[in-house]
Amino acid sequence: MTTLHPPATAEPRPAPPPVGRDRRSWTGWGFIGPFVAVFALVFLAPIVYSVYLSLFRDQLIGGTGFVGFDNYRQALQDERFWAALGRVSLFLCVQVPIMLGIALLVALALDSGRLYGKSFFRISIFLPYAVPAVVATLMWGFMYGTRFGLVGDVNEAFGLSLPDPLSPGLVLASIGNIVTWEFVGYNMLIFYAALRVIPHSLYEAAEIDGAGQIRVITAIKLPAIRGALVIATIFSIIGSFQLFNEPSVLQKLAPNAITTDYTPNYYTYSLSFSGQQHNYSATVAIVMGLITMVIAYVVQLRGMRKGV
Amino acid sequence: MHKQSRRLLRGIGIVCALALGATACGGSDDGGAAPKAVSESDVEAALEKGGTVTVWAWEPTLEQVAADFEKEHPGVEVNLVNAGTGNEQYKALQNAISAKKGVPDVAQVEYYAMGQYALTEGLTDLSGFGADKLAGQYSPGPWNGVKAGGEGIYGLPMDSGPMALFYNKKVFDKHGIDVPTTWDEYVDAARALRKADPKAYITNDAGDAGFTTSMLWQAGSRPYEVNGTGVKIGFGDKGAKDFTGTWQKLLDEKLVAPVTSWSDEWYKGLGDGTIATLAIGAWMPANLASGVKEAAGDWRVAPLPQWTAGADAGAENGGSALTLPELGKNEALAYAFAEYANAGDGVETRVKGGAFPATTAQLDSEEFQNTEFPYFGGQQANKVFAESAANVADDWAYLPYQVYANSIFNDTVGKAYVSGTTLADGLKAWQDASVQYGNEQGFTVEK
Repeated sequence: MTTLHPPATAEPRPAPPPVGRDRRSWTGWGFIGPFVAVFALVFLAPIVYSVYLSLFRDQLIGGTGFVGFDNYRQALQDERFWAALGRVSLFLCVQVPIMLGIALLVALALDSGRLYGKSFFRISIFLPYAVPAVVATLMWGFMYGTRFGLVGDVNEAFGLSLPDPLSPGLVLASIGNIVTWEFVGYNMLIFYAALRVIPHSLYEAAEIDGAGQIRVITAIKLPAIRGALVIATIFSIIGSFQLFNEPSVLQKLAPNAITTDYTPNYYTYSLSFSGQQHNYSATVAIVMGLITMVIAYVVQLRGMRKGV
Repeated sequence: MHKQSRRLLRGIGIVCALALGATACGGSDDGGAAPKAVSESDVEAALEKGGTVTVWAWEPTLEQVAADFEKEHPGVEVNLVNAGTGNEQYKALQNAISAKKGVPDVAQVEYYAMGQYALTEGLTDLSGFGADKLAGQYSPGPWNGVKAGGEGIYGLPMDSGPMALFYNKKVFDKHGIDVPTTWDEYVDAARALRKADPKAYITNDAGDAGFTTSMLWQAGSRPYEVNGTGVKIGFGDKGAKDFTGTWQKLLDEKLVAPVTSWSDEWYKGLGDGTIATLAIGAWMPANLASGVKEAAGDWRVAPLPQWTAGADAGAENGGSALTLPELGKNEALAYAFAEYANAGDGVETRVKGGAFPATTAQLDSEEFQNTEFPYFGGQQANKVFAESAANVADDWAYLPYQVYANSIFNDTVGKAYVSGTTLADGLKAWQDASVQYGNEQGFTVEK
């Protein structure tokens, strides 16, 4: 219809270009463009590619073929994957409360103002976080040795026979110990920073009302750092689900106690690098990512329900 | 506070999702190719023309070989890269092949790993290069290795590892224990040693796929049958039962040190006499001389204990070849280097450097056999090794995906080393997992 315009007909004068609006929209893109470009490149593209990979299967014999959601079906029925997920869930339920509890205690102690050499404590508790996880794990791995490590030396010196920290029954707890050592300082810093921004007037008011230290903590400090607590919890949940460095380094020392599917991340790594199962590995990673997001989101909703 | 937290949490969501992206890796498809042919004159021409040949290898003696090769052919530059030992290098190689980028012209590959690359056409069949004429130059074990269960020749054997029993003579003499000649005697020796010195172990074993498969090889077990893409896996034959029966005794009575090979603890144990023997490949002397200096003069070499008294069955443990990846460039030059290193003058250079040859000319030579090892108190250890090399049964086959199978050995058989699971059950679990993987990869695998 529009093509039937006779050419001779004078074009209706175009409406004046909406200069303002046009410029505004371009300016917006100008600001957001660099971000969108980087975001698409480093965030969207890998995810899209992972999803794309997860729909195929590459075999040593037969090459690559489209398999639809077969990989997902396989992942959901994969005992090795669920066992790994169960293992990190157990880790999460035990290690995270202990770690955050210690971090909170230390942060409150630092904040109480009654500690001598406060900055020394703060930096020395934070220091393990500055040690790369691989180095920390290697160091602890040597200490855990029952033959020539610290445990072995203690056994020899005191005539004890401490259980082997790298035996299948104890190795998860040993990993928990390493992770706690690494991350107490980091979480302490989050809590401590949140505690420092509480207005002083609240403490003064509490003092006037005759509140003791415990009461100040439960009625003022803890509610005030609730957001920080939730964030630290979510970071820890993600960290637990992504457990990789510690088991992969310790695996060299205790190959029979730590299997190649010990944690979901280690499992995806093994699938990809030992088994050449890139496609299935991508699938497991996606499933694991979704599970992590759901759990992190649930914790966020619950933690923020009665907003401060 | 609330709003900020929400924003932060959204950021966390992004972090979660980023983890998803971390696994993005290249897929691969296999481009088939007819066997290539490169004649001697092509090789000559390539050497004349010169160029660069990139070699991925961890074999230390190749450094001298590369230098000599460059000297002999002034236009040629050998770019020798250590891309990791064993499995580390295979991961890098597989990734390079998948990405079709950065693939070396020559790569060192162990015999146990060749099947996987040969089958997926990752390696060039060297039959058309004249490698088929070299068959007579190598001992049976390694030549069997480069054929990788197929018809082609996928590499030139570089070294071999006929097994022998390395033992700490000082420890055996001190406690008046005889060197075992059968595996039953070996168990008795283990018990006697333990009784004499509660801290000493006859050997170490923390679950090692390479060791276990070599032991099965010697015991006459043939767990893997490979016929193209048809594979059969079974650990139920007599040889396997002999091995698990004997080894289970050692594990149950805690007669083997739970120490991982190549760990610091291992070297320490070899040095201070708490690990008294090693059944291992003939490439070990150089490692002992460099890694366990404090025990120089204590160790000796004996033939591998036998499953039936008076027999002389041998097995290969380790050993590798130089291969030409299909995607490598400059094949003629690459082949020239591989041939120089593994069939030409390079062999002599490497033997001088401490490598254990795969070529019969060197193995049978008087100079080689009469070499006295100061580390072994002047013993002519090569006589033991050469005899072992000649007695290796050459009908052994590895899986076409042995690299993966070995990577899950400790997940399955490893349980026998740290819990109540028996070795036989562990092997059964390993078999099941290997069957499952093989079928997923498009093989037809039977138990």
